[in-house]
Amino acid sequence: MTPNATGADAVIDAVTAVLLIVGALMSLGAAIGLLRFPDLMSRMHAATKPQVLGLFLVLAAIGLQMREWWVWPILAVAWIFQLLTVPVSAHMVGRAGYRTKHLHPELLSIDELEAVVVRAAGQRAAEKAQEAASEMRHTGSTRDDGSARESGNARDARDSGSAGANDGPSA
Amino acid sequence: MKDIVLIVTAVILSLAAAGAIYRIAVGPSLLDRVLASDVLLAILGAALAIDMAVNRHLNNLVLLVALTLIGFVGSVTVARFVADRRGQVNDS
Amino acid sequence: MSRKRISFRTELPLLVWLVVVWGALWRDFSPGNLVFGALIAVVVARVFYLPPVELSGRFNVLRAIPFVVVFLGKVVAASFQVMYLAVFRGPSVTNAVVAVPLRSRSDLMVTATGHVISLIPGSLVVEVDRSTSTLYIHGLNVRNVVDTAKLRKEVQDTEASLIRIMGTRAEMDALQAEGRPATRGAGS
Repeated sequence: MTPNATGADAVIDAVTAVLLIVGALMSLGAAIGLLRFPDLMSRMHAATKPQVLGLFLVLAAIGLQMREWWVWPILAVAWIFQLLTVPVSAHMVGRAGYRTKHLHPELLSIDELEAVVVRAAGQRAAEKAQEAASEMRHTGSTRDDGSARESGNARDARDSGSAGANDGPSA
Repeated sequence: MKDIVLIVTAVILSLAAAGAIYRIAVGPSLLDRVLASDVLLAILGAALAIDMAVNRHLNNLVLLVALTLIGFVGSVTVARFVADRRGQVNDS
Repeated sequence: MSRKRISFRTELPLLVWLVVVWGALWRDFSPGNLVFGALIAVVVARVFYLPPVELSGRFNVLRAIPFVVVFLGKVVAASFQVMYLAVFRGPSVTNAVVAVPLRSRSDLMVTATGHVISLIPGSLVVEVDRSTSTLYIHGLNVRNVVDTAKLRKEVQDTEASLIRIMGTRAEMDALQAEGRPATRGAGS
């Protein structure tokens, strides 16, 4: 920043200062969210997303201060890397959190995934039992690969509501 | 102007870092700690970027990108590990 | 080695991105450096072969620019909203996991929608069902059925505008035929 700036420089410096402080406040917001939200999933909303905006504001401040055109593509690349990686890591942590029952069910007003999971788990258990039985009958039977069946499973679970009800939830 | 901005942002980021470190220390589960360390990494990144903006240089930019990618790889790896271990327990 | 031949046109976005990253990392956008970067990009794309992303082949810039502006506006508004919730509501916040069925079956479209939705604070993709292309979204501060419908509509609107930007012809026609975005989900 220029000391004793006048005119356009002063305006740019003021805008930069605002951008930097708001950007830093985004980090503080993430930390407050981490401390105050009750379960992992809501903490994730606070923790990961405001960072995207915070980094955007701070990078914009750098761009304003450098005043060279070639800085902007570099800053854009840095920000796009963030844009590409943040949702993926948030999804991975969120999925792991959901699967390992890190969320408090009493804090959810609606959970439309739970029914599907329970049904799919029941059906998978039923299929496993069936497969075991058929393998006992003729020992040379081939096991088809699990991923294809798994993706079919969820669809079946949705279509036929009580397919896996006999086995109950195992997850 | 420069000093004021530096002091204000330093105070804000220090408070944020303190919050994140507290969550790492108490965080009831592993995933909470991963999340909090991710936030701590982002706060470090913000500090590097603010230094660049105030002092007008770009020396830390590659470091910033590397920091983002390391945080990404770290949290994905840990999330994967947690999910896998738990999945085996469920299956058996 | 038997690998599917990919056309130069499909590969072009990847190559351009690699060249931009190369220039950015060297902080040098002079023509010589960019040409050398292009050479390296071609070599990298040949040697470290990845399955090509199946683009639809059309990209509507006129619709992309307003979309980016609206997206940035949503990110800003939602960031402050999440901050407000963190400071003033805190522990008493109520969430929901909502199933949102998408129109498109293409992986690219589902991924793009999930990415955009995840980047807007307050919504997070928990699970994806590829066979029915359904996103299961964890929404912050979703208290009742009205909020759920709102979240579902927002996701489907996002998908609609993404289809208008870079969907295939068939998806566009389906969207046009539909007229009005559906608001009823599979779970309700």
